[in-house]
Amino acid sequence: MSVEVRIPTILRPYTDGVKIVEAQGDSLAAVITDLDTRYTGIGERLVEEGSLRRFINVYLNDEDVRFLGGIDTPVADGDSVTILPAVAGG
Amino acid sequence: MLRIGQDLLDAVVAHARADHPDEACGVIAGAEGSDEPSRFVPMINAARSPTFYEFDSRDLLALYRDMDARGEEPIVIYHSHTATQAYPSRTDVAYASEPQAHYLLVSTRESGREPGPAEIRSYRIVEGAVVEEEVQIVASPGR
Repeated sequence: MSVEVRIPTILRPYTDGVKIVEAQGDSLAAVITDLDTRYTGIGERLVEEGSLRRFINVYLNDEDVRFLGGIDTPVADGDSVTILPAVAGG
Repeated sequence: MLRIGQDLLDAVVAHARADHPDEACGVIAGAEGSDEPSRFVPMINAARSPTFYEFDSRDLLALYRDMDARGEEPIVIYHSHTATQAYPSRTDVAYASEPQAHYLLVSTRESGREPGPAEIRSYRIVEGAVVEEEVQIVASPGR
């Protein structure tokens, strides 16, 4: 399964500035693991104790994965994953 | 330094007053790499809180797709403080994730929803470090 992953500005230092990368996997968790093998450290910025970090939003196509299956959401060939840090504060 | 049109600044303050005592939030988008804020985009504070703000997750995706399609980026990310000064809180610093953006804070603690003084200050927030910067107000185009 090959998916396209859109990387936000703040994580582009991990991808040498590249905005859209390809990744393999049949679930979001597998996709993140695959990303981390090539862009070491990016996984930790997305995942904490096996779950997506609270202030990182990940979308599968048009849907926030929190409303799907979270980090276990299945992905299919040709899907698009978008990562966006929350815009939040106090 | 942040250079910003008077009309855009007025729009930010008006939004902050309208949402007081809850925090108001939004962005001013502009052409990527230009450092020129030009398009005012008020956002809904999904937290609807006097002490916290967060863009709704669907609105966030729509906003970034729209900016992408227009060749824009968030030049200014603004929000209000309604009971404290216009200085980034610990959570503001912890969640700041646009190193190239100007973080604009407005405090409505003095006058609330009414016309009156509003403290407006701007910052860069990069990897946990806050640096205040000058705000240079420029005349609005066409005035």
